[in-house]
Amino acid sequence: MGEMQIRPLTLNFGPQHPAAHGVLRLVLEMDGEVIDRADPHVGLLHRGTEKLIENKTYLQALPYFDRLDYVSPMNQEHAWALAIEKALNIEVPKRAQHIRVLYCEIGRILNHLLNLTTFAIDVGAMTPLLWGFEERETLMEFYERASGARLHAAYFRPGGVHQDLPDGLTDDILKWAEKFPSFIDDLETLLTNNRIFKQRTVDIGVMNIDEALDLGMTGPCLRATGYAWDLRKSQPYDCYADMDFDVPVGTTGDCYARYLVRVEEMKQSLRIIKQAIETMPEGPVLAENNKVTPPRRGDMKHSMEALIHHFKLYTEGFHLPAGDSYTAVEAPKGEFGVYLVSDGSNKPYRARLRAPGYYFMAAVDYLSRGHMLADSVAIIGSLDIVFGEIDR
Amino acid sequence: MNAFHANRGMNRKKMSDATPTEEAVIEASRSEELKDQIAALLGDSADVQLDPQDEVKISCTPQNLIYVLKSLRDDAFLQFRQLTDLTAVDYPEREQRFELVYLLLSIAENCRVRVCVPIDEDAVAPSATELFLAANWAEREVWDMFGIYFSGHPDLRRLLTDYGFEGHPLRKDFPLTGYVEVRYSETQRRVVYEPVHLTQEYRDFDFMSPWEGVQADIASPASEDEAGA
Repeated sequence: MGEMQIRPLTLNFGPQHPAAHGVLRLVLEMDGEVIDRADPHVGLLHRGTEKLIENKTYLQALPYFDRLDYVSPMNQEHAWALAIEKALNIEVPKRAQHIRVLYCEIGRILNHLLNLTTFAIDVGAMTPLLWGFEERETLMEFYERASGARLHAAYFRPGGVHQDLPDGLTDDILKWAEKFPSFIDDLETLLTNNRIFKQRTVDIGVMNIDEALDLGMTGPCLRATGYAWDLRKSQPYDCYADMDFDVPVGTTGDCYARYLVRVEEMKQSLRIIKQAIETMPEGPVLAENNKVTPPRRGDMKHSMEALIHHFKLYTEGFHLPAGDSYTAVEAPKGEFGVYLVSDGSNKPYRARLRAPGYYFMAAVDYLSRGHMLADSVAIIGSLDIVFGEIDR
Repeated sequence: MNAFHANRGMNRKKMSDATPTEEAVIEASRSEELKDQIAALLGDSADVQLDPQDEVKISCTPQNLIYVLKSLRDDAFLQFRQLTDLTAVDYPEREQRFELVYLLLSIAENCRVRVCVPIDEDAVAPSATELFLAANWAEREVWDMFGIYFSGHPDLRRLLTDYGFEGHPLRKDFPLTGYVEVRYSETQRRVVYEPVHLTQEYRDFDFMSPWEGVQADIASPASEDEAGA
């Protein structure tokens, strides 16, 4: 029998597929079991956040950031708070900076726990997910005790954080931080040298530094290629400059390297959490500037001026000087940035949210070409994709 | 896996001995230096400025855009090899309605620049996909959200909006509520599109007042009132 021409098969992956990490529709052109082209159709979770923010005051816009990457909400609020602080040129009290750094690192562990364990389930390991979610629950309790909400915290405010930490919370976090390394060890026992896990991830979705830069990769995906680029080190914000931690890098730039980088990052986050608590000074948690930050509840009981400030801040809000600026933070997934254009009024003229996952998703086509169908799942899992921030 | 300190890219930032004001001075002189370097590199093709926050802002025409981006990317010293983001801003009252904004990052030099390109509503922008792979989706989104067309883009389709969507949502003249809403119709057994029906008028409160929160130097109607009073 002579050679037969088989029609290229178009395969529809998602939008309701458990390995798609949300609502991803991936149209795959297959040559047998090899992917010729992957065409992600995104936007099924598009809520028009950028448009909504244009119609809200600066403070009202803040909770939208929890709803972008809902796996690490506070890291994104941080970018918004920093963007406003930069434009208004206000100083954040030291204590508030430490609380923010503490919660950013808790957010990083929350994110990596979800990513690593769901990645594991994508390539066939069930147990890490069940273990990891138990730890996530503990961490979300810390979120809840500080902000009142497990996920949609709205805790970081321009000028600091909303409330001081309740008594005893830092002790509990320290206690947890003592126990957590043994969990990471358990997780590593299950995955790091696991033959099946390595077969599914080593040499899959490889990119080098040049490709990673070209594709707009940031965060662990860029570091897995071997370039130690971390905004917490290179462009430090809040009190990250005072913290002592290492930036783990990979060498191979494949799915396995991305896994290893994230595991190591969790250990480094623990170091930062301990330092942030140990060096946390006493003092106010919100800048004492009532044109931007609300007065304390107690003051409003007897001060007319405080009451007026409260009323004006929660109706009209504060104004930003006209101009544009770009502010970025190292979110767990990569560089999360806010390009803020202000026309001098109480609402942003334009707020562009630079989500790291957006560029990861765009790279799926590039990375999965020539791989087998099952590898596309490993690639998506290892890139760390959450649709809240991609679709915005 | 060996973890080590990120020393690359930190060489210019490490100023642990400097006081905050000295740091600010070092920062400012560095931005100044960067501005001069870029101005020398780009010559007449672009206008390089420092904004009040010491961020370098480059303005150029759509004709010069590709040259500017390529020069910045390929310069042996500057190495702006990452296109962090590409977006647009709509200014309906301006003669050239849109402004494209390219955010570039140099990992080698640890600095960022912004390339701003004013462009007409019916003009065509050159695509940067040849220079940066990251521009692919960014340009698709700008086309989707603002309706700015990019010539030379390999696959300029809508990205975030619905299949068959009409209009460009981030334009200032597009209403926040949109024009259509969807629901599942039991009778037709499918999702149907209908014009948006609001049970209550969209409430857009105008809180702008001559409160001291409004800075006097801002040219807004409220501050004019204040000046008149």
